[in-house]
Amino acid sequence: MAGKPKLHYTKGRGKMESIRWLLAAAGVEFEEEFIETKEDLDKLRNDGSLLFQQVPMVEIDGMKMVQTRAILNYIAGKYNLHGKDLKERAWIDMYVEGTTDLMGMIMVLPFQAADAKEKNIALIIERATTRYFPVYEKALKDHGHDYLVGNQLSWADIHLLEAILMTEELKPDILSAFPLLQAFKGRTSNISTIKKFLQPGSQRKPPPDEKFIANVRKIFNI
Amino acid sequence: MSEKPRLVYVNGRGRMEPIRWLLAAAGVEFEEKFLETREQLLKLIEDGSLLFQQLPLVEIDGMKMVQTRAILSYIAGKYNLYGKDLKERALIDMYVEGITDLMHMLLMFPFSPPEAKEKNLASIADRATKRYFPVFEKVLKQHGQDFLVGNRFSWADVQLLEAILAVEEKIPAVLSGFPQLQAFKTKISNMPTIKKFLQPGSPRKPPPDEHYVATVMEVFK
Repeated sequence: MAGKPKLHYTKGRGKMESIRWLLAAAGVEFEEEFIETKEDLDKLRNDGSLLFQQVPMVEIDGMKMVQTRAILNYIAGKYNLHGKDLKERAWIDMYVEGTTDLMGMIMVLPFQAADAKEKNIALIIERATTRYFPVYEKALKDHGHDYLVGNQLSWADIHLLEAILMTEELKPDILSAFPLLQAFKGRTSNISTIKKFLQPGSQRKPPPDEKFIANVRKIFNI
Repeated sequence: MSEKPRLVYVNGRGRMEPIRWLLAAAGVEFEEKFLETREQLLKLIEDGSLLFQQLPLVEIDGMKMVQTRAILSYIAGKYNLYGKDLKERALIDMYVEGITDLMHMLLMFPFSPPEAKEKNLASIADRATKRYFPVFEKVLKQHGQDFLVGNRFSWADVQLLEAILAVEEKIPAVLSGFPQLQAFKTKISNMPTIKKFLQPGSPRKPPPDEHYVATVMEVFK
């Protein structure tokens, strides 16, 4: 019988956070081993545990999976969060790529110089409110369902909620022009597995602070 | 009966090239519309044709698909190039994602300033020969099969061949330490659909030149 998935990463959001969200939403318990020093990363590399010498790495079902999207695809497929057919999967993939681009902009902010950071925050807010959120608002409006694709919970919904909450950390009223997304946020946050993940003490990670960023720079040499 | 897929992009490789490769490998004929001006892109955006206001766009099976990975996953799934089960798909995804990271360096290369080009080329060579190619050399050696996953032709094989050829254009001897990859390159290049795509006159686009860079700057910025 397979053990729990085991996540290898630093003790922060980064590229692993979407994986934590998806596992949690699927009701899957998981373990985490945190990389705290360069030596920890080197050990994983020297062990041959990292296919391309990079993390995230997730031990799951006898595999040492790497590459965030590959891991997310596998989890989504395994736990029926990837649509019922190819076309639904296509829509889920398109929506997820959009939220990935948006969250990707936020993820790199802490590594930027102060003036670039300020400019990029403004760009993120612009992109969120003119490029990304309107798409999801419209999708919900057009079909009137609770979920983005196929009238059932999918990876796209979980990823969108993560993106909404992350963007709200930058600008708390960012959903002010998006009533359907506000309702979506309320509903989706109340799904029992997600509600549990949003409570203190869960494996959800906080936004990065300076100390965390400094350590990440040291570990990954950036 | 469905029409041919229609690809909308600039007349060059960029982010559309892996899609051209995969359709061609699957033996699927497609049409292309090439954008040359910013006005054409703005019109597509105004039309509502571009979900996130970006290209590539592929009109396929009644959908206006965007986002390269979503498009590639759909094509791979539709034409049985995505493994026979979730675990094979996981391997294909891991391999494709790794190769995509390498290809990204090549994608950006034409747009780097002249003084950075030598350094970037060295990075590409380093990553190709130390991080990516050794993985696939080892995979092929360990199972001794012709294809990367499941003893069957898949998206991963197409993507790897595309990457090998793209890196070789910049670093001709790059496969010198990789005998399995050399054999792989020959075998896959000789598959009928791929062989056809590699011939002059196919939809395959040439390496990016100054004209391509200028068109991209004009259309996208």
